[in-house]
Amino acid sequence: MKHPTPKATRHVNQNEGLIFEKSSPGKAAWKLPPLDVPEVDTAKLLGEAERKDLGHMPEVSEIEIIRHFTRLSTWNYAIDLGMYPLGSCTMKYNPRVNEAVARVEGIANGHPYQPEKISQGALRIIKTLSECLIEITGMDAITLQPAAGAHGEMTGLLMVRAYHESKGNARKKILIPDSAHGTNPATAAMVGYAVENLKSDSRGMVDIASLQAQMNEDVAALMLTNPNTLGVFEQDIHKIADILHAKGGLLYMDGANMNALVGKVRPGDFGVDVMHLNLHKTFSTPHGGGGPGSGPVAIKKALEPFLPKPVVVTKPDGTLGFEYNRPHSVGRVRAFYGNFGMFVRALAYIQANGPDGLRQTTEDAVLNANYIRKGLEGTYDLPYSTPTMHEVVFSDKVQAKKGVRTMDIAKRLIDYGFHPYTTAFPLIVPGALMIEPTESESKEEMDLFIDAMKSIAQEVEEDAQTVLDAPHSTRVSRLDETAAARKPVLRWKLA
Amino acid sequence: MPYPTDRKYTKEHEWIQVSGNTATIGITDYAQESLGDIVFVETPKVGGELTAGKTFGTVESVKAVSDLFAPASGTVTEVNTDLATSPEKVNKDAHGSWMVKMTLKNPGELDALLSAADYEKFVAEEAGH
Repeated sequence: MKHPTPKATRHVNQNEGLIFEKSSPGKAAWKLPPLDVPEVDTAKLLGEAERKDLGHMPEVSEIEIIRHFTRLSTWNYAIDLGMYPLGSCTMKYNPRVNEAVARVEGIANGHPYQPEKISQGALRIIKTLSECLIEITGMDAITLQPAAGAHGEMTGLLMVRAYHESKGNARKKILIPDSAHGTNPATAAMVGYAVENLKSDSRGMVDIASLQAQMNEDVAALMLTNPNTLGVFEQDIHKIADILHAKGGLLYMDGANMNALVGKVRPGDFGVDVMHLNLHKTFSTPHGGGGPGSGPVAIKKALEPFLPKPVVVTKPDGTLGFEYNRPHSVGRVRAFYGNFGMFVRALAYIQANGPDGLRQTTEDAVLNANYIRKGLEGTYDLPYSTPTMHEVVFSDKVQAKKGVRTMDIAKRLIDYGFHPYTTAFPLIVPGALMIEPTESESKEEMDLFIDAMKSIAQEVEEDAQTVLDAPHSTRVSRLDETAAARKPVLRWKLA
Repeated sequence: MPYPTDRKYTKEHEWIQVSGNTATIGITDYAQESLGDIVFVETPKVGGELTAGKTFGTVESVKAVSDLFAPASGTVTEVNTDLATSPEKVNKDAHGSWMVKMTLKNPGELDALLSAADYEKFVAEEAGH
């Protein structure tokens, strides 16, 4: 079929089986030199733990391995290929300078077991990044240990719990708005709290009257995302903080949407007591493909005794080191000191931009989201007209009349050469289309996106079936997600 | 879709049918329609206690995971184990696919729930058509 857009075209790429299927006995991509040390008797060393049957390992040559993974990589879509407007995920460009810095020999080859005295550079990176993030958030202290956002949430709530316990009562509940990220209630439950839902008002913000009614001395904290998942800034944030603090509760901020605030507003200044950041969102470290992520947690002074240990401190002789003597700490939450490689990249990003650059980044991210909002308003239903920050949420209300839902539009967007936006989230918008361009996109790329979305809306009117059957130009047609969830095939077996 | 008049409904889209002191609970057709293809139903254990208005399980669809809210308080006497292997039955016949049976603790709690007609009205407003 004809391609709907100048952005995408057909392109030959190669089919590829599983690497196990390429295997033939005896083939190898390596050859070891003769053994020049005494051979170890593994049976004697390991006893019953010695494994004789190693299962089926693929036996392939080097070029077969290279081609296998290179071919697979050509099937992929990535931020390096085009716009990735997956709302709430902040899929921004990962600058190459970050990678250059992370590959500097002394950094790339450092080992966490190195003595402190020859790790001063690495410790300085941890300390400098900590100071930058504290300044950006307006908080008092930070831990860089958590491995990603949800892990940061858990670490933050463990500190909230430890704080309340130190006052003699851990409390029972966490309040969570109905627009929250799904990880928030999961985190509260993991840390042993009951979750109580908080309704949003017609502006898409926390309903102050409900908060007032539900806030009491059983509530340990409110977990709030600001701007929230509608891309709306919680304008009553000071009032919200006051209501919580008046009853001894804490304000937790999910920093997933920090890309709308950096350099402009500091959560520490609007009453937040504890918050996590996502370096793999806001601070440009790789996102997707396993990252790994990094979810630092910043806190106010009152929570400092509970920070995970060890913490980096300046010793009397002026050198840096790890402090383990932290009797009130919630303990270590991650092996070694966290995902250090991401600290390097985030610091490179922060320092390359500087304060003015970061501010500009935030302004551009908000401008881009509003450009898309303006471009698509009228074509797609906008359920909340409150000003948009870094992302915009439409609904499929207009298209649903033709039987086309958000997921169908997203699938069709693939044919136009874009990664889909986030579908069906936030839950308070039925049939949500959640679009976050980030600051990385040029006006030209966004114009192509807006054209694609308008063209799909027109297709819905004229030929809905094309949209319902999309994608048409991909290697595989639409997957049966229901069958995949109900009857998953979780592993490949040798025939 | 007409809602059966032999039972009561919650604003969280559960139905509850009472026979003597025993109540049977499931989710409404509107709920299954909004959720889409259901792939997993998590029910409480027999002997577990349900509290009116509190969650007692989850329904997972390809779109989302949703909590189940207890229409009334009571002690679970039976769960529909059939749904563990055939969750699609809820999509096919939500009003016939019960999830939990329980002994009611306080039958008076049912007075606060919606009739079929009221629920239909509520759903029409929520769906905006």
